[in-house]
Amino acid sequence: MTIGSVPLRYKVTIDPERCMECGRCIENCPYGTFRKEGDRIIVAVSRNCTACHRCIAMCPRDAISVVERPVDYRSHPLWTPEAREAIYNQARTGKIILAGMGNALPLPSIFDRLLLDACQVTNPSIDPLREPMELRTYLGKKPSKLAFRRTETGDVELETKIAPNLMIETPIMIGHMSYGAISLNAQLALARAVHETGTFMGTGEGGMHPDLHPYQDRLIVQVASGRFGVDIDYLNRGAAIEIKIGQGAKPGIGGHLPGEKVGPDVSRTRMIPEGSDAISPAPHHDIYSIEDLAQLVRSLKEATGWRKPVFVKIAAVHNVAAIAAGIARSGADAVVVDGFRGGTGAAPKVFRDHVGIPIEAAISAVDQKLRDQGVRNEVSVIASGGLRNAADVTKAIALGADAVYIGTAALVAMGCRVCGTCYRGLCPWGIATQRPDLVARLDPVLEGEHVANLIHAWTMEISELMGAAGINAIESLRGNRDRLRGYMLDEGLLQVLDVRTVGA
Amino acid sequence: MATHIDAAGVHYTPLNQQVRTAVAAGETEIVLDHVLGQRFIADGLVGEVTITVNGVPGGDLGMFMRGPTVVVHGNAEHAPGNTMEAGTIVIHGSAGDAVAHSMRGGKVFVRDDIGYRGGIHMKAYHEKRPYLVVGGDARSFLGEHMAGGTILLLRLNATGSFAERGLASGIHGGEVFIRGEVDDRCLAVGAVRMPFEEEDRARIRPLVEEYCRYFGADVGAILAGEYTRIGPESTRPFAGKYTWE
Ligand code: SF4
Ligand code: SF4
Repeated sequence: MTIGSVPLRYKVTIDPERCMECGRCIENCPYGTFRKEGDRIIVAVSRNCTACHRCIAMCPRDAISVVERPVDYRSHPLWTPEAREAIYNQARTGKIILAGMGNALPLPSIFDRLLLDACQVTNPSIDPLREPMELRTYLGKKPSKLAFRRTETGDVELETKIAPNLMIETPIMIGHMSYGAISLNAQLALARAVHETGTFMGTGEGGMHPDLHPYQDRLIVQVASGRFGVDIDYLNRGAAIEIKIGQGAKPGIGGHLPGEKVGPDVSRTRMIPEGSDAISPAPHHDIYSIEDLAQLVRSLKEATGWRKPVFVKIAAVHNVAAIAAGIARSGADAVVVDGFRGGTGAAPKVFRDHVGIPIEAAISAVDQKLRDQGVRNEVSVIASGGLRNAADVTKAIALGADAVYIGTAALVAMGCRVCGTCYRGLCPWGIATQRPDLVARLDPVLEGEHVANLIHAWTMEISELMGAAGINAIESLRGNRDRLRGYMLDEGLLQVLDVRTVGA
Repeated sequence: MATHIDAAGVHYTPLNQQVRTAVAAGETEIVLDHVLGQRFIADGLVGEVTITVNGVPGGDLGMFMRGPTVVVHGNAEHAPGNTMEAGTIVIHGSAGDAVAHSMRGGKVFVRDDIGYRGGIHMKAYHEKRPYLVVGGDARSFLGEHMAGGTILLLRLNATGSFAERGLASGIHGGEVFIRGEVDDRCLAVGAVRMPFEEEDRARIRPLVEEYCRYFGADVGAILAGEYTRIGPESTRPFAGKYTWE
């Protein structure tokens, strides 16, 4: 049997009636799908298409169409085309399948089965146009009580020392996507957007390119197991420091940036030789226990004079609540919980699709556990992993998050089509690539505006949703599960979410 | 005149503050007396200063450090030289696990033994090269995931060949020198024996000389022995592991 040729994934066609032979599709496709033949433009290799839609966006005549899976397999509920094709692939290669973006299994979204509340008649809703809506959030430790002292002149002074917090004007931040995983232009666009909207973004584990220094006050610098690009200057530059323990797209394993992507600039920023693989081990090898984690948290604080909050990011896994409770006692200022739908440039498919738990359940469990143990004030909780819109953000906050990180959504705002082929390093939108001609396609000013627009729009929607629910401060929304109802969720899940069913 | 600081009963933060203040004032010689378990000494410290630690410092000594020389008269705990960038740490005694973890530059000398995971994920970049020199023995996972730099294990009091498992697993840069024989079964995935030539002996000479200068041993005798040199099979250990979706 030949298992080399499986049916086409995408069938690309050009409508010859509409095509004006401008050649833009040829220029724009880095995968070599199109070719000029005589004076006609033809689809040479449909098989090369990744459905990135770059050609479609650039075609002046709407001449191109892409159809997914033009060839049917015999239908079978268990042996889906994907299941069969994964086997053909591995039978041929004997290798681990590498995939991009988030979980691609058709699992139901819990967010979609949670419905928000609104006021009617009694307790009228609030008009955000008339009333100020308080969305400002402080991330970091809050004292469990305040002590005051009266000075000789009779004034009252605060005695309690307040730990450093990050102030954000919207609960939406941008998560960690490293230089290397994404391009410098993509990072610059994100940096401009967070600067504009009064929020923060993560550097990822790739160091900080000098071009980002002007935005450093809005950057959360990451320290991951590879310690790439980490030195004392990098730590001092960031507004906060994040220790990455795990990631929702691939919990329990490390990361690795293939040598092809380690060009001169990435090499300089990560501080590793050009062309060598950048390997982040699965664990931090100086952290084998919660005490070791506490030691790294404190070491980072000590190195930076106790001026910066330190976050700890973990993947949402089965025992996420107990782990977060440990982190709350490690001296960390915030715990980031990344759900199983979190995106990534590259992850083994078997991890991306099968390891970890949904962010909705994880956030609720974490918030509940921290409150039960009386340590919720010790850490802020940041939710991430597959948040698609303002409703998801609002629901995450109602389930107990202080703020959220978005990743994929911010990339989509810059043109990303979620084609899931980031690991090829040829992103036609100039995002997940280091090839100069492709990177140049992304204009940091324009795309920065697009990302800022998205954050503004969601922030407005969140205020509207809050106003409709009669809530005028995000603090009253946080952990306010009474404003959520579960629709077609089972009893067990309703209990974990601490949410009542619709109608109740 | 060196600045003396009595560390007895002082928490690490005020202790480091005193050190920083002295360095900021231009002090180049600092002596910390009665150190007993204070972590993070010289953490993130930048400058040209020699800090003498009398006693036993706690974990992460010299973490993120750039420049200073720290001399410990006693044993050190977990991860001295962690993610260090430049400078020298000299330990007149033994040290715990993860010594020189993720170290990027500078040198760490340990007179006696180190624990598990020594030199794990050390890495080099251009002129920045880290060196870990250990006079005694080391436990498992020495040089694991190593991406650059040099580990030199002298095993001065050891008898028999090096037999700790997981040696240099996943190494993709740098090299490990071990005085004497190494059991084949110690070599982990990705680690291979490399020839040890006279030029290699010449390369490790300055390290041996520096070790002997600190701790007083016989350079000639140490250098004369046979060495096992271990390096990476490839700088791209994962290149053939994956297929695209
Ligand atoms: S971009 Fe559109 S109009 Fe231009 S050659 Fe391609 S299909 Fe034809
Ligand atoms: S970033 Fe680029 S390669 Fe990755 S999914 Fe989006 S469009 Fe595709």
